[in-house]
Amino acid sequence: MKLASIIASATLLAMSWLAWGVAPAHAGGTLRIAMTAADVPTTTGMPNNGYEGMRFLGFPVFEGLILFDLTRSDVLATLRPGLAERWAQDKADPTKWVFHLRKGVKFHDGSDFNADAVIWNLERYYNTQSKQFETQGAAITRARNPLVKAYKKIDANTVEIQTVRAVSYFDWLMPYVLFSSPAQFEKVGASWDAFARAPAGTGPFKIVDFKPRTSVELQRNDNYWDRKKVAKLDKIILYPMPEMTTRLAALRSGQVDWIEVPPPDAVQSLKGAGFEVLTGVYPHVWPWVFNLAKADSPFRDVKVRQAANYCVDRDGLLKLLNGLAYPSVGFFTKSNPAFGNPKNAYKYDVERSKALLKEAGYGPDKPVKAKVMISTSGSGQMLPLPMNEFLQQSMKACGFDITFEVVEWGAMLVAYRSSPTGPQAQNSDAMNISLVSSDVSQMGRWFVAFNFAPNGSNWGHWKNETFEAAFAKIAASNNPKEIETELKKAHEALVDDPPWLWIVHDGNPRAMTKAVKGFANAQSWFQDLTLIDLVK
Amino acid sequence: MLAYTLRRLLYGVPILLGVSVIVFALIQFAPGDAASLLIPPEAPKEVVDQVRAKLGLDKPVYVQYVLWLGRLVRGDLGVSIVTNMPVASELSNALGNTLMLAIPAALLGFTLGVGLGALAAFHRGTVLDRLFSATAIAGVSLPHYWVGIVLVAMFAVVFNALPAQGMGAPGFPRTWAQIRHLILPVITLSLIPMGVVSRLVRANVLEILSHEFVGSLRAKGLFRRRVLRHIMKNAAPSALALMGLQFGYLLAGSILVETVFNWPGSGGLLNLAIFRRDIPVLSGTIVTIAAIFVVINIAVDVLQALIDPRIRR
Repeated sequence: MKLASIIASATLLAMSWLAWGVAPAHAGGTLRIAMTAADVPTTTGMPNNGYEGMRFLGFPVFEGLILFDLTRSDVLATLRPGLAERWAQDKADPTKWVFHLRKGVKFHDGSDFNADAVIWNLERYYNTQSKQFETQGAAITRARNPLVKAYKKIDANTVEIQTVRAVSYFDWLMPYVLFSSPAQFEKVGASWDAFARAPAGTGPFKIVDFKPRTSVELQRNDNYWDRKKVAKLDKIILYPMPEMTTRLAALRSGQVDWIEVPPPDAVQSLKGAGFEVLTGVYPHVWPWVFNLAKADSPFRDVKVRQAANYCVDRDGLLKLLNGLAYPSVGFFTKSNPAFGNPKNAYKYDVERSKALLKEAGYGPDKPVKAKVMISTSGSGQMLPLPMNEFLQQSMKACGFDITFEVVEWGAMLVAYRSSPTGPQAQNSDAMNISLVSSDVSQMGRWFVAFNFAPNGSNWGHWKNETFEAAFAKIAASNNPKEIETELKKAHEALVDDPPWLWIVHDGNPRAMTKAVKGFANAQSWFQDLTLIDLVK
Repeated sequence: MLAYTLRRLLYGVPILLGVSVIVFALIQFAPGDAASLLIPPEAPKEVVDQVRAKLGLDKPVYVQYVLWLGRLVRGDLGVSIVTNMPVASELSNALGNTLMLAIPAALLGFTLGVGLGALAAFHRGTVLDRLFSATAIAGVSLPHYWVGIVLVAMFAVVFNALPAQGMGAPGFPRTWAQIRHLILPVITLSLIPMGVVSRLVRANVLEILSHEFVGSLRAKGLFRRRVLRHIMKNAAPSALALMGLQFGYLLAGSILVETVFNWPGSGGLLNLAIFRRDIPVLSGTIVTIAAIFVVINIAVDVLQALIDPRIRR
């Protein structure tokens, strides 16, 4: 008994000694976030690491002429004026857009934001011969906004941008063009490497410390141009933490206040321990993109594609994911007004799936044999291995004999950009790659026939005349009513003649301490960090 | 001894050249290339071509190899295509961080390994032998990333006594706040060297104990401590060789342990370079780690020759 007391006391003493020196959970208004990225996103003003990079080192620090309104969780994020107070499409020549810039905006280095700064940045992205051309930033920006053809300064506060063809949704592509300070670029020696170490944007936060592979520190910009949106937090420290159990341990041990994507099986214990676990639908799709260009692909037959969609056990998959996802039965969520009224309402219906396969010439003695390219991990890929294995097992009941070509994420990106019949596709009949479904501009990227890979992002070479006709009207129209009507028609075509296997929408899970207040949980890949406060 | 040392050093040259060829070839065989991860999937072909040209990926493979080797010989490991930082600078930072773990882990692992192995051998068949052997086998057998997670769960989450991840303030650990970050990853990393060294030392000591000269030493009336010294000296060369290899592994960094503890070391750098197809970082890191292996093994060879002159012959 005496020995036991001595051991217990010694253990307690050792623990208190070890605990001595533990940093306080918070340092004033400093919010500490663990990202899923393996490294700190680049800091030149066009971050890498996909939309997570944009979420934390894009919009909070650098801004576009147009911004997303990320203040509401009940509707999809809409557009709001950013560095441009207003903008308009030219009625006489709809390829031209005029942007009226906000006056009095300054970059973090104190220099002025004006039309010269806009043109300088557009040159940085779209003119390979410019002194400030930034290879990585240009590649990312031009991929997201490929429609910019020309631009010119009209006066000190007005610029005109011309597009390659008339599209009414061009303004939805403009938030992805971010603006950095030309004066700061010159000051640090006209080098993007040097700029990355001392960056300057116009956003509500500025980067004050950058440690590669370790952390990046943002400080509130007290001179932010939008006085109503001056951040409440003093600082934000962002940590790259790719391993989900490490993020979980960091949150639970008080090293961070917020983690992106907690492990699904830790949700209950996190809630039980008093943490907030937030989820919400956002414009993300986790599909199989069918390859219709491959001559012997079974998915060339629409009945097989429909049968596959009737054979996804979405409820079972949601159980596997502990509820951190939403069933997908179309490009948009069912709650989206643009979902329309398609003829097919997909649910797990083995008999209907079998009947469709029978009509397509398949049966118990002749299963649909298909190979799907999947990745081991990747941005937005959720849990690709267990999720695909679940699909493989559940789809067997309907008569699908699925095999996988498992590749590394980089190899999948190469394949996605290449021809679906090229060697990179490795003879795959479909590809499991998560993609964005935020708005009509994204819909155009993935489904318009003009964008057949390798020249565009329609990898599967899907083409539907109803969709094409509706989309052409959307691109040409400025009438919201007409756009709404045509968008429904386009979406109905996507459901009834499915180019993708609609599987799930990611639930966008993140966990945080109860001290984090004001998080809006916007329906977007991005979030508004200015609203957040720490209440101890 | 000098001639022996020089000969060992010369052997290292063809080994490193071979490593360079293998490293370069393996990178070429891997699917995709650096440009693929720099550019989003929907990037226009014009941009893809431009980036490929800038990275030299449009040149024939043998030209890429010769250019790379030429720079390597001059000590220029190139520039990371993702961060635009010199590879030498990124690698030295990462290796520095790894050394902070590797040196204490090696000291802990080797000391425990030799101690437990020798004690187990001297107490062969007893409870102590079984206990130490079980400890050594557990050290080798338990996946160290799992041990790391368990230690984190226990000491960071349950007791909230030690940090779960990261290295705190960068730089040489001088303060308790920095040292606290070392404790769990060092313990985790030391398990394998402890286990393998312990098993080898036990086997060696047992074998030496059966030699006639041990009986002679005892018959001469030498003190037990002197006999022990002779035994350990005979066991040292093979243990040293193993320690050299183990230290090389530790310096190369453990991807798994660095991932669990979010430690920005050389293993993590290598892992990141693989996923990013950051070929300059990937090739520079592998070649440097290979060079470290070669140097450590040469040092061990020399050390063995110093202890046992028969090896020089």
